[in-house]
Amino acid sequence: MLLDFMKGLKHFHKGGVHPHENKLSAEAPIKELPLPKSVVIPITQHIGAPAKVVVERGDTVKVGQIIAVHEGFVSSNIHASVSGKVGKIDKVMDSTGFKKMSISIRTKDDIWEDSIDRTPDLVKDIPYTPEEIVKKIMEAGVVGMGGAAFPSHVKLSIPEGKHVDYLIVNGVECEPYLTADHRVMLEKPHEIMVGTQILMKALGVDKAIIGIEANKWDAIEGLKKIAPEYPGIEVQGLRVMYPQGGEKQLIEALLGREVPSGGLPADAGCIVHNVGTIYSMYMAVQKNRPLIERVVTVTGKSVKEPSNLLVRIGTPISDLIEAAGGLPEDTGKIISGGPMMGKALNELDIPIAKATSGLLLIPEERSKRQEVYNCVKCGKCVEVCPMGLQPVELSLLSKNKNLETAQAHGILDCIECGSCSFICPSNRPILDYIRYGKSNIRKAKAS
Amino acid sequence: MNQELIYTVLLLVALGALAAIILYWVSQKFKVQENPKLEQVLEALPNTNCGGCGFPGCSAFADALVNADDLAPYNCPVGGNEVMKEVGEILGKAIEEKDPFVAVVKCAGAIHVRVHHTTYDGAANCSIASNLYSGERGCSDGCVGLGECVEACTFDAMYMDETTGLPVVIEDKCTSCNACVTACPKDIIELWPKGKRDKKIYIACVNEEKGGTARKECSMACSGCAKCVDECKYDAITVENDLAKIDYDLCKLCGKCIVACDVGNIVSTGFKPEMINTLAEKREKRLEKEKEAKRLEREKAKEVAEAEKENVSDKPES
Repeated sequence: MLLDFMKGLKHFHKGGVHPHENKLSAEAPIKELPLPKSVVIPITQHIGAPAKVVVERGDTVKVGQIIAVHEGFVSSNIHASVSGKVGKIDKVMDSTGFKKMSISIRTKDDIWEDSIDRTPDLVKDIPYTPEEIVKKIMEAGVVGMGGAAFPSHVKLSIPEGKHVDYLIVNGVECEPYLTADHRVMLEKPHEIMVGTQILMKALGVDKAIIGIEANKWDAIEGLKKIAPEYPGIEVQGLRVMYPQGGEKQLIEALLGREVPSGGLPADAGCIVHNVGTIYSMYMAVQKNRPLIERVVTVTGKSVKEPSNLLVRIGTPISDLIEAAGGLPEDTGKIISGGPMMGKALNELDIPIAKATSGLLLIPEERSKRQEVYNCVKCGKCVEVCPMGLQPVELSLLSKNKNLETAQAHGILDCIECGSCSFICPSNRPILDYIRYGKSNIRKAKAS
Repeated sequence: MNQELIYTVLLLVALGALAAIILYWVSQKFKVQENPKLEQVLEALPNTNCGGCGFPGCSAFADALVNADDLAPYNCPVGGNEVMKEVGEILGKAIEEKDPFVAVVKCAGAIHVRVHHTTYDGAANCSIASNLYSGERGCSDGCVGLGECVEACTFDAMYMDETTGLPVVIEDKCTSCNACVTACPKDIIELWPKGKRDKKIYIACVNEEKGGTARKECSMACSGCAKCVDECKYDAITVENDLAKIDYDLCKLCGKCIVACDVGNIVSTGFKPEMINTLAEKREKRLEKEKEAKRLEREKAKEVAEAEKENVSDKPES
């Protein structure tokens, strides 16, 4: 801890846990996956209204062509990630665990839209006005790639009466195992810096901080080295702690500001974007390249070659697992995302979505939940809750459907980081019940 | 010494008497005028506080009954017509007799007829599981099988059948209080009229997917083939969104639809076991007959095709 202090590392102050980091694929450079035979692209890969399909079965599409248009403001465009013929437009199981309307495309050749700049050159000049930047990001269908998949252009439109003075770039990647953001920061530092500048211009702020955890020291040093070239951007190391990548925790760690209950980061004078999203925004604005591919970490202790793969949206996960050395025989669970907040997938041909940051393979014997014992009232969940809530109480209130009290005790402030379930010595499904309570409250509000 | 004791006792008695007088005066002055019938009505009600009437407990319901001008819209599903009659007599108002209802489980997707995809080992609660993903087994509309309805039932009228993994309603105990209906996250439990002489026929499926897709996941799914619609003489069955529905009011309980259903998803309860068996046998026979007919047709088609082939090969020679 003294060492952390000497290095000038910051951290958030309420609760938190430190699971084993297991960043197995940190050394693996980003590898481009060969084109899949076919892709399946769900039309709801974001929070908000589903996009409206604008192609028909049998149509020929190019890479980057819009195949579903956003409906309403909180929604996002969907683009073809491969060129070829549109196949079935039907409900398909996706990474959320439910069947969603999806467009399948059978790959043929690799023909791109003419407007897309495919050269790897860095474009530093930003000739666009803030409105043009927001429009370009909206057209490109960029969504938050850290996991929540919130349409990015919505975040760029600051509500009236709010003053924002900081842009925070989230390079924390506090989930164990995942290294996708880490590799992007290492391999595309200039692009991230330019992307950050684009966003600063769009938001009209002159200060930006890139927050990175200390287990990615090479990324911190790399970005710090080039930071002087880009005025206004500061790179800040952070002590390794989960869930530091949570928006509210990161703001507290970097600026010491607290987002009020039920409020947005804009209420604390800042906007937070993930580095992966920043990279996509750079691509969208400077290269006219819509969000059609992303970096996905394929990892796990049983995986032969834990890797970071650049894949087209809609590629079936089986292709990625094959590229990482094949499916180990004893695999019990495949998790989309990290081990703390990720979700187990129920089929092998589920497509990669815009917000799929990683695939984690867990062997059978480690994949089962352990036996649940009675609560011993040890208070560990209260101690680790980064939002200062009382998870044990909230879970019981939710279980007994005492929703009013649960709401009065701040259940809606829960960020679902799972620290409580992780730390519980009785293996109680605390977060499951809190989510249950939250969904019941949302249902009651809706009706 | 004695004197002190006497004074103390006297003082306490005097204080007690004074307090009693004050309390009596206050209770008379601020007396709440309560309808004397309220207590009688409350006594007549079952006092299970299940909420099936739509009020938060029996006393709230009794209050509403006493203050109501017309009793027709009110009904205690637990007590049924008997209790309501008693209430009507107490209040001196007419009641409207209502058909008793009972909960029915509209899913026949037992463990062995649905495709097994994954194993769920999280918290044993249907709502949590169904919020998380589409479920362990095929058909995301079907029963989750973790028994939240059984837990919600306060009358012990439900249990989980271990062989099928589906909940079963014990009709004699079911009071149609609606608790299981609201508990079920998949909305597969419905209140259905108990029926003429307790007999009823309903379709045990809620899947609105296209026939082929639904059947792939569950071999008992209703595909909306409308064979039952053709068979029904009383126009009681309609197909909407690839799902058949029986109109209770029009159904004459003839049982022809049961024979017509390919998958045996039309459920009848309250009939004599012999009757149910005969219907099932008839269904089997019909299916066999159809199978045979199809086989014959295929053979015939084959023969025709072969004959044509011969004709074609004959032609060049002639």
